Amino acid sequence: MTTLASLAESVDELLGPALHSKRLDLNELTLEVDSTEIKSVCTKLRDDPSCDFRQLIDVCGVDYSTYGLENNESLDKPRFGVVYHLLSLSHNLRIRVRALLDREQPVIDSVIEIWPVADWFEREAFDLYGIVFKGHPDLRRILTDYGFIGHPFRKDFPLSGHVEMAYDEDKGRVAYRPVTVEDRILVPRTIREDTQTGRRRAETD
Amino acid sequence: MAEIRNYTMNFGPQHPAAHGVLRVILEMDGEVIGRCDPHIGLLHRATEKLAESKPFNQSIGYMDRLDYVSMMCNEHAYVLAIEKMLGITPPLRAQYIRVLFDEITRILNHCLWLGAHALDVGAMTVFLYCFREREDLMDCYEAVSGARMHATYYRPGGVYRDLPDQMPQYTPTRRHSEKETEQRNQDRSGSLLDFIEAFTERFPACVDEYETLLSDNRIWKQRTVDIGVIAPERAIALGFTGPMLRGSGIEWDLRKKQPYEVYDQMDFDIPIGTNGDCYDRYLCRVEEMRQSNRIIRQCIQWLRDNPGPVIIDDYKLIPPSRESMKGDMESLIHHFKLFTEGYFVPEGEAYAAIEHPKGEFGIYLVSDGANKPYRCKIRAPGFAHLASLHEMCQGHMLADMVAIIGTQDIVFGEIDR
Repeated sequence: MTTLASLAESVDELLGPALHSKRLDLNELTLEVDSTEIKSVCTKLRDDPSCDFRQLIDVCGVDYSTYGLENNESLDKPRFGVVYHLLSLSHNLRIRVRALLDREQPVIDSVIEIWPVADWFEREAFDLYGIVFKGHPDLRRILTDYGFIGHPFRKDFPLSGHVEMAYDEDKGRVAYRPVTVEDRILVPRTIREDTQTGRRRAETD
Repeated sequence: MAEIRNYTMNFGPQHPAAHGVLRVILEMDGEVIGRCDPHIGLLHRATEKLAESKPFNQSIGYMDRLDYVSMMCNEHAYVLAIEKMLGITPPLRAQYIRVLFDEITRILNHCLWLGAHALDVGAMTVFLYCFREREDLMDCYEAVSGARMHATYYRPGGVYRDLPDQMPQYTPTRRHSEKETEQRNQDRSGSLLDFIEAFTERFPACVDEYETLLSDNRIWKQRTVDIGVIAPERAIALGFTGPMLRGSGIEWDLRKKQPYEVYDQMDFDIPIGTNGDCYDRYLCRVEEMRQSNRIIRQCIQWLRDNPGPVIIDDYKLIPPSRESMKGDMESLIHHFKLFTEGYFVPEGEAYAAIEHPKGEFGIYLVSDGANKPYRCKIRAPGFAHLASLHEMCQGHMLADMVAIIGTQDIVFGEIDR
């Protein structure tokens, strides 16, 4: 039986140089891996008996472009991330695997051959973030409308979108037109260094 | 000999058996399905993007609207993720209330599933029976939160308020005489817990009624036995969770395996199937309703004996009472800060999953230390289930696809998000 702590120890040896860093926080293990090695990493994590992560719970894209900053981008850091959540039924463990991707061309290998469930999750990340999964047999948009332009969950895509749909008298049908509503953010996003609630306070108590 | 050609058929998105807004493009070989391609996203509201633009607490209400037949369970995963990052634990009484309402929600969900599934397959009566019980449970929702469906009852740190001591009463109308009204109010004379207890006493007999209508029904068995069979190994690979996984014979339930709140104190069993077909999943879910009933009874007992606070006492996270606000400047400031700015969650990431009635419902939160989530990913169980529709339907008849959609317990609020 593997525990999270013992897995955190042994994972270095298993993954070798493909593992960039690891973090054990909030009782969750996060592995940061080389995006070009994602397939071999995932295959090892699935097939190694001490890991046995046979279930892929989730794949999601993340856009880190405004992370920790108030809307000013630093251009040298990787912008996109793909986060995989894995579950091992036999060891009752969860881990998180993250691969950071290039800013201009976010491309990563598809893990659909390792876990067939990745199919729709990867289509979703492609649709919402524009991350291309190489080797995916059917990489179409999934959640947005037919013919949608752009990748709506990117941080530079406005919350109200670019187009709206309305009935057009002249055309006699429903048609797209430029959006007429304005973004309405009632509470600004703020980060305060001095107010640290919860966990950090609990640690000092 | 006549030439037989495959033809493409469009199913939905406004078909009553499409459970909302599912559109499926089917390639039919006569009556047999060759290929099926579900088109989803017609109910996409970008909940995750909206959550990124609002303080943490303001998104609790959005969670109700994801899977709109098991509202409080969605909230539960969201508040668990926030609590994990804040490092707070709700009071024990709040944990029991959450378990109580999670199980009420499970019955609510399974009642709708059973009714809709049976209706799809052609049994009208079950639908009416199930909705009769749902009505009582909706009243429980209303009693604690004021809303019948979209409760917004859970908060990081507990639940919004304690269980009420009295239930609302019916008044006589033109349609309901005085005598009838008295009868309807019989269970409502005591507290909410008395009302729920009365429900748990009559509910097992109601499940027996559903089973009388279906379990040995020849038509029901013809429509569900050996339909949509998924082998255990395949179910894992396809990312199935919840009753879909247990129906294939894998004993996996987060309430037992990775217990959250007070599920480790509860005495209940996990039903599993053997064949992995629609009929086994039906039996699993029906048994789950009975087990939920058992858990609810245990919670009622504990909640009766142990009064106490239902939310943590920390004004940095929880608004102070109106009373203290009127007299205490500090409370007023806390209230103002909470409602204008919200609270700050320490930088980091967390994934919290619960055993939702449909499977594993998870929230992956990334915070950069701000008062809003940086990224909030919702892992909906139905999304993975629906993705396997092609595999489950292949080689079946067109009518079987309706049974398979029914057995997957599809709700579009959570799939399209």
